[in-house]
Amino acid sequence: MKASLSGLRAWALQRITALALLPLMAIFVGRLLLWPPATHAAWREWMQTPWVQAGVVLFFVASALHAWVGSRDVVIDYVKPLGLRIALLGVIVLTLTWTVVWAAMAVLR
Amino acid sequence: MRFASVAFMNPPASPPASVRPSRLRPVDLPITKIRLPVTATVSLAHRISGVLKVPCLPLLAYGLSDSLAGPERFAAWVSALQSWPGRAFLLVLTWALAHHTAAGIRHLLFDTGIGTRYSQARATAWVVHAVAAAAVVAVLLSMAMSHAGAGA
Repeated sequence: MKASLSGLRAWALQRITALALLPLMAIFVGRLLLWPPATHAAWREWMQTPWVQAGVVLFFVASALHAWVGSRDVVIDYVKPLGLRIALLGVIVLTLTWTVVWAAMAVLR
Repeated sequence: MRFASVAFMNPPASPPASVRPSRLRPVDLPITKIRLPVTATVSLAHRISGVLKVPCLPLLAYGLSDSLAGPERFAAWVSALQSWPGRAFLLVLTWALAHHTAAGIRHLLFDTGIGTRYSQARATAWVVHAVAAAAVVAVLLSMAMSHAGAGA
């Protein structure tokens, strides 16, 4: 994963996911700010709409990939000891992967 | 040796051989006197806002999963977000989201060759800070209004 997500590919992935996140963020943040779900039933019903489910999964996938490229840059810039760097990057990859699976299971069950 | 005399009040006539030449250079980092240009503060804030949002992702997945679990859990999340720590968290998140998004759009425009003159880059950097501040003020106002409404 690391070898395939570096250099120009990482740069392109960062831009593509940023472009995907712009409308997704606008739709979800806008909807939650303007019409916050008043009850659990309303919240659940909205989260069971197919386009919302697809949007949530897409949002978490794009966010995780974008966060990976960014946090990898930050870790490489500031964490110099190789062992600590690899350990941190490993923790970030596992956490982000697990986050996507968790969110997808929450909306798709 | 001209530089060395700046760094050391009493420069040694001949430094010991164990001292590397780089050690003789003046070490002067006046943190309180350094003024970063606005383009640098936007760059720095882009990093900070991004790093702040990374741990919010697993938290968001947890909130999504738990709030869908049942009416009691949904109510618990609503009251947690309306508590004072919850509101403070939302304000920081608002700043991070607004700043990162505005600075990100500025970067995407740079990629297409728009606004790359330094005077333009400085102007849009101020716009990014202003957008983030405006978003925080807007959320703060809406919180104050909903709080007043809930209290009445």
